[in-house]
Amino acid sequence: MTPPAPLTFAGLAIALALLSALISLASARRPALLRILGMPLLAAAGGVALLGGGAALLGDGAATAELPLGLPWLPWHLRLDALAGLFLVVIGGVTTAVGVYGIGYVRGLEHGRDPLPVLGGFTGLFLAGMLLVVLADDAFVFVIAWETMSLASYFLVAFQHEQPANRRAAFLYLLMAHLSGLAILLGFGVLAAFAGSFEFAALRAAALEGPWASLAFALALLGFGLKAGLVPLHAWLPEAHPAAPSHISALMSAVMLKVAVYGFIRFVFDLLGPPQWQWGVVVLALGSVSALMGILYALMQTDLKRLLAYSSIENLGVIFLALGLALLFLATDHTLPAALALVAALYHTLNHALFKGLLFLGAGAILHGTHERDLEQMGGLLRRMPWTGWFFLVGCLSIAAMPPFNGFVSEWLTFQVALQAWQLESGVLRSLIAIVAAVLALTAALVAACFVKAFGVAFLGQARSRHVRRARPAPLSMRVGQGLLALGCLALGVLPSGVIALLAPIPTELLGQGVAQATALGWLWLTPVSPTTASYSAPLVLLVLAVLVVLVFWSRQWGAVGRLRRCDPWDCGFAPPSARMQYGATAFAQPLRRVFALLFRVEETVETLEDGRRRYRLAIADRTWGLLYQPVARAVEAAARRVTRLQSGNVRVYLGWTLATLLVLLWLIS
Amino acid sequence: MTPLTWAMAVAQALLYAAAAPLLIGWVRKVKARLQNRRGPALVQPYRDLYKLFAKEVRVAHTASPLYRLAPYLIFAAIWLAAASVPLVALGLPTTTIADMIVLVGLLGLARVFLALAGMDVGTAFGGMGASREMLVAALAEPALLMVIFTLAMTAHSTSLSGVIDYQLAADFVPRPSFVFALGGLILLSLAETGRIPVDNPTTHLELTMVHEAMVLEYSGRHLALLEWAAQVKLLLYGALIANLFLPWGIAEGLAPAALVLGLAAILVKLAVLGVALAVAETVLAKMRLFRVPAFLNLALLLGLLGLLSHVILEVGA
Repeated sequence: MTPPAPLTFAGLAIALALLSALISLASARRPALLRILGMPLLAAAGGVALLGGGAALLGDGAATAELPLGLPWLPWHLRLDALAGLFLVVIGGVTTAVGVYGIGYVRGLEHGRDPLPVLGGFTGLFLAGMLLVVLADDAFVFVIAWETMSLASYFLVAFQHEQPANRRAAFLYLLMAHLSGLAILLGFGVLAAFAGSFEFAALRAAALEGPWASLAFALALLGFGLKAGLVPLHAWLPEAHPAAPSHISALMSAVMLKVAVYGFIRFVFDLLGPPQWQWGVVVLALGSVSALMGILYALMQTDLKRLLAYSSIENLGVIFLALGLALLFLATDHTLPAALALVAALYHTLNHALFKGLLFLGAGAILHGTHERDLEQMGGLLRRMPWTGWFFLVGCLSIAAMPPFNGFVSEWLTFQVALQAWQLESGVLRSLIAIVAAVLALTAALVAACFVKAFGVAFLGQARSRHVRRARPAPLSMRVGQGLLALGCLALGVLPSGVIALLAPIPTELLGQGVAQATALGWLWLTPVSPTTASYSAPLVLLVLAVLVVLVFWSRQWGAVGRLRRCDPWDCGFAPPSARMQYGATAFAQPLRRVFALLFRVEETVETLEDGRRRYRLAIADRTWGLLYQPVARAVEAAARRVTRLQSGNVRVYLGWTLATLLVLLWLIS
Repeated sequence: MTPLTWAMAVAQALLYAAAAPLLIGWVRKVKARLQNRRGPALVQPYRDLYKLFAKEVRVAHTASPLYRLAPYLIFAAIWLAAASVPLVALGLPTTTIADMIVLVGLLGLARVFLALAGMDVGTAFGGMGASREMLVAALAEPALLMVIFTLAMTAHSTSLSGVIDYQLAADFVPRPSFVFALGGLILLSLAETGRIPVDNPTTHLELTMVHEAMVLEYSGRHLALLEWAAQVKLLLYGALIANLFLPWGIAEGLAPAALVLGLAAILVKLAVLGVALAVAETVLAKMRLFRVPAFLNLALLLGLLGLLSHVILEVGA
């Protein structure tokens, strides 16, 4: 039997990713091999995955296959349905751009001491793991692929391991990945115990209910939430993602977090039985807290890549917020808002992949051109690196949910779903949704502030250091990689009806409820609930904006003076302003830091140096470290110290323990 | 959606641009009278714009192309936002392009570009203005959405036309939620349009500026466009307050008599609002920057109270 076409594409993508990994292994001798073959193959794998995913979204029905691998009684089951198709599109789309971008980016690493085979090999394996997670149709393959993805990405985080901070980040990442893997394994264990099989079809048929379902849900939320970086389990993310090379950071933030979202949706919406409204409340609360805390911490960062990593926490929070709405509406039998909420979450997933990929690639281009990650040293890059600058601006506008870019559409949809809260019977839930919507609005406004800061400080104004003043523009391949994603951001923002028509099979498949009315008025209009309730026409917004800008620009010919003269900026009559007088990243965020002071652990000190000069220090730390991680770490250490008492160094004591253990085990099984 | 309605929509958009300086002239006139001055003529804002358009543009050496693009984009975004707010007549097609949430988005787009333009030249004042503007926006936006949610949940629609239709269809019922929402929206309008007590549009001291600090470097036609955009924004908020909460008089069809009545109604409403604004600006002093969050939290609180009182008291009632 030959597997149907979309699945062939997906298999081919995995094969290409593995091939890229294999070829890259040879790049120790010939560093150029990674650039000439490894990265293009990665891009090709992405492209093929994109095609496969697109075919699965357009086609009807799911494609399945069995591979004679794995355990003797459990061959590998693969399945490609619409949900998996969408995530193939997400993985494939970003990987294509990252592959193209990588051609230029890894060139900068060729003359360093970093081992290229490790980079290329694990990148291919990482991609193959992610693709396989999405295709898995039994818990066994799922967990194997999940662990492949986690382990491969661990080596990528630890790639530049000469720096102690990176080693620490990698270890933390490994620890969290294992906790997450354990929780997922246990979650599947609960399901499989009732279904009697590891196959997803059997798990689905079992439709677990009651307290065991809640337990499985809690385990899944813990496992996938850890991987998705939900607050308060997020502390590893801003350490690990920036530590990897920038194109890998893009893959991790833009794609791997989405695989966690995929796992959560597959587990909770597909495999688990009917949801309970309490689950929705929990997810909603976690999502809103992550969104708000993520962006507040992002605002305080001065390292561009850390800022982006914190902003990923915020975006994953928004996705889980929409998923929480979907669960809540589903549990109260309002399937239409539930389907819309699911579409909003998926739309935001797609959007975040595009713009976060774009922004990380932009940060990589800056790193490549200036060797600088610190915003306080940047400035004026728009004139030195115009392509990167304008693409980065597209990313900033998209993430800040500005019409007509893509981030706005998903946010608008989420608000529209929240506005359906009047359908709920419970006044408490209605008020809860209203408050969550306020949090989402606050988050959106803070995102705008955060990315005005990021773009304004990095690309506008004057350069704050010498190496930034001499920045080199990014090579062509890196510009193309960014351009592809920027184009994606614009396309998804301007043609939301088309995207929603593509996403429509997913809610039909998972919830049995379509969203046909959303695109009922044709491609020009988006009407999620009904035309009189709300409508948005992104193409017309773009068109009118463009026409108005051109008209107004053209009308300047009518003015008496068309000339434009260059001069010095306003200096209040003193010396011309120097680059150090500009507002920096810390200064920009200072008012917001003061307003939200309670949420940060801020340490400000002013010390007087020996020569009489003063030095000002500012450290802003994540409160969760002190509140959650350090107590856990201390408890583990205390427990470990107790256990060390066993280690007396006396062999007779050890033999005694062994005997005791054996006796207890024998007693247990007897 | 016939060509006639589209033509009316374009006419209304033009009316927004044309009438905006008049409102600001009116506010200044009333304010001057309250301060025992005679004040400039009503048409002085038009003369100012004309003067600025005719002047040469001076651009700092350090400015990037974004700086020169920003005034056009800001004006276009605010104008498009204004076009989606019913001024004289209901049921125009522009209100279906953008609902209330898109309106907030378009104003946000203009604000982001204004803040970026402020940071572009690389002086301390521009960055200061941008930072403060984003602070005010970050705190104002949730409050604004709470107000919108109160209206939208009541009317089951986020379309501005839909909300006004609902208001007109329901006879005058005093709703506690709307009273709270109106209070919140008034406070927000002051913050969003940069009026006293949040910002002072006539300040000459760089250190206290917010909006003015961002446009400090602009001159000539660029400055004219930014000033004009700010005036359109003021008119937009005036029309929002007037037509969302007191829609009576607005033209529901396109009959000439109804349109004339609608025009007269909105003129009266805006004149009253202008007087209120002038009085408020005369009796209030500008707040310190770090008092502004408390002011905006009050707006948020009013918005939340409105929403909660709707959700708890009014649904199903």
